Amino acid sequence: MREVVIISGKGGAGKTSLTAAFAVLAENKVLADCDVDAADLHILTDPKVKNREDFIGGVKAVIDSEKCVQCGQCIDVCRFESISPDFNVSPFTCEGCGVCSHICPEQAIELVEPVNGRWFISSTRFGPMVHAELNPGEENSGKLVALVRNQARVLAEQAGHDLILVDGAPGIGCPVISSITGADCVIIVTEPSLSGVHDMERVLKLAKGFNLPISIVVNKADINSELTAKIETFAKEVDASFLGKIPYDPDVTRAMVQRRSVVEVYDGPASAAIREIWNNFNEQGNC
Amino acid sequence: MIISVASGKGGVGKTIIATSLVAALGDGSQLLDCDVEEPNCHLLVKPQILTSEIINIPVPLVDEEKCTVCGKCGEICRFSAIVQIGKSVLTFPEMCHGCGGCMLICPEKAITETEREIGVVETGFFGSIEFVQGRIRIGEAMAPPLIRAVKRKINPNKIAVLDAPPGSSCPVVTTVLGSDYTIMVTEPTPFGLNDLRIAVEAIGNLGVRMGVVLNRSDIGDNAVREYCESNNLPILAEIPHDRRIAEGYAVGALLIESAPEYRQTFLNIFSQIRQSLENEGKELRTGTL
Repeated sequence: MREVVIISGKGGAGKTSLTAAFAVLAENKVLADCDVDAADLHILTDPKVKNREDFIGGVKAVIDSEKCVQCGQCIDVCRFESISPDFNVSPFTCEGCGVCSHICPEQAIELVEPVNGRWFISSTRFGPMVHAELNPGEENSGKLVALVRNQARVLAEQAGHDLILVDGAPGIGCPVISSITGADCVIIVTEPSLSGVHDMERVLKLAKGFNLPISIVVNKADINSELTAKIETFAKEVDASFLGKIPYDPDVTRAMVQRRSVVEVYDGPASAAIREIWNNFNEQGNC
Repeated sequence: MIISVASGKGGVGKTIIATSLVAALGDGSQLLDCDVEEPNCHLLVKPQILTSEIINIPVPLVDEEKCTVCGKCGEICRFSAIVQIGKSVLTFPEMCHGCGGCMLICPEKAITETEREIGVVETGFFGSIEFVQGRIRIGEAMAPPLIRAVKRKINPNKIAVLDAPPGSSCPVVTTVLGSDYTIMVTEPTPFGLNDLRIAVEAIGNLGVRMGVVLNRSDIGDNAVREYCESNNLPILAEIPHDRRIAEGYAVGALLIESAPEYRQTFLNIFSQIRQSLENEGKELRTGTL
């Protein structure tokens, strides 16, 4: 089984559009949306939810004002400055470490387990999909990502599918680290801008740190052909497989408005490029 | 005054808007790049960096001579960063949130703290405008403490403009918390709308006022406008797709350099924000230009 994670460093580079297009082109696969705090893959795949579960990521401290004698020890030990002078815990800054609850001489601080989100097993016209929603503003996205990936693996094994396509999160932090840990390979989507190149270099270093085979795709390649050429050279230098370039094509947005992947509804330049990229990925096989 | 620029969806133009807003406002403003995983403002404003400070978080160090392997540290740690295995105590610094619980609970005073580097905070200037950015160490998962370190550099005498990371989870909340106003940048597409909705909910929970800048406003459909109208979110500006802006951005030009006619648009965005805060009766810490 191959687990392929599509990442980018920079947001909006085209991860989800490319994942959905691969979902159209690939056979025998399970889809996993690991961009749990701004999930969009479901918009293009129209999942029918079969199973829905709550996600509890961690704990938050809550002070019982009846029991609290306002001694202030909790405020002193909290390293996250989450307890106000009038003894309320900010849910936005509380890390759930529980030190306040431990120190409280009155046992007035309880650690509660709020529901931080939900995850789903669904069926789509492309096959099974695992996806999730982190509640807006929540933490522990890395944990939810790990959960989504595990479920996708279980589903793939049950169904005898040999490919898991994972739509990753932007950035290089917690959810991205959680998305690529133990995966088989990554495809980095970038764009030919200084930001695109800068962000690609950082996420590539991250993936290298995990010893993952890397492939690179340039989206909106005609915005700056000089930088596109530079990315192609760079890919060779770092032993990444260069899968190809996708030109800027308004069909991608047109298809999105119809809630379809571009390769399903248009045969223009972007669709042609993506089909070629998918073939290259399977033939050059840096995975 | 603190204005954060957020988006939900990545790649819709947060950095483009934040940098040109600051450039239009001039040296009464300050730019802070809080997208510490992928900071990009510097590529557009090309600052001269004058200081660089390594940011650490405290992690435990166990003195094996003093440790009696009682296991209490492992019990209090909720992040599996310190674990008793057999007759020894192991630490996993990468998992540690730096809460200090293990050190506090150890009856033998066998735990002290050492440090784990999470990234750097750099400060400098572009022109006469103050610039601050955080850069997370590659492989480091914990962005919020570094974002807080960036925010400690907010100059209270300036209009501080914070470029937030994409998404809607803890790094975004950490950035936006304490802002007077958040500019939500989006594009009128199904992805843009979905992510705007999530981010508006996350930031609305913090009680921060919001307005929307619609970038590439002539692509996609009308659903974002309808959403803004029914949720009383003012649209501060619409910027149509413009190849000059995209090509300029690619090589590190500010929007108001590629399309100078937008300078006034940014000043208008700021006046709308100031007006909105004044209407609310908010005492402005600064705001005159």
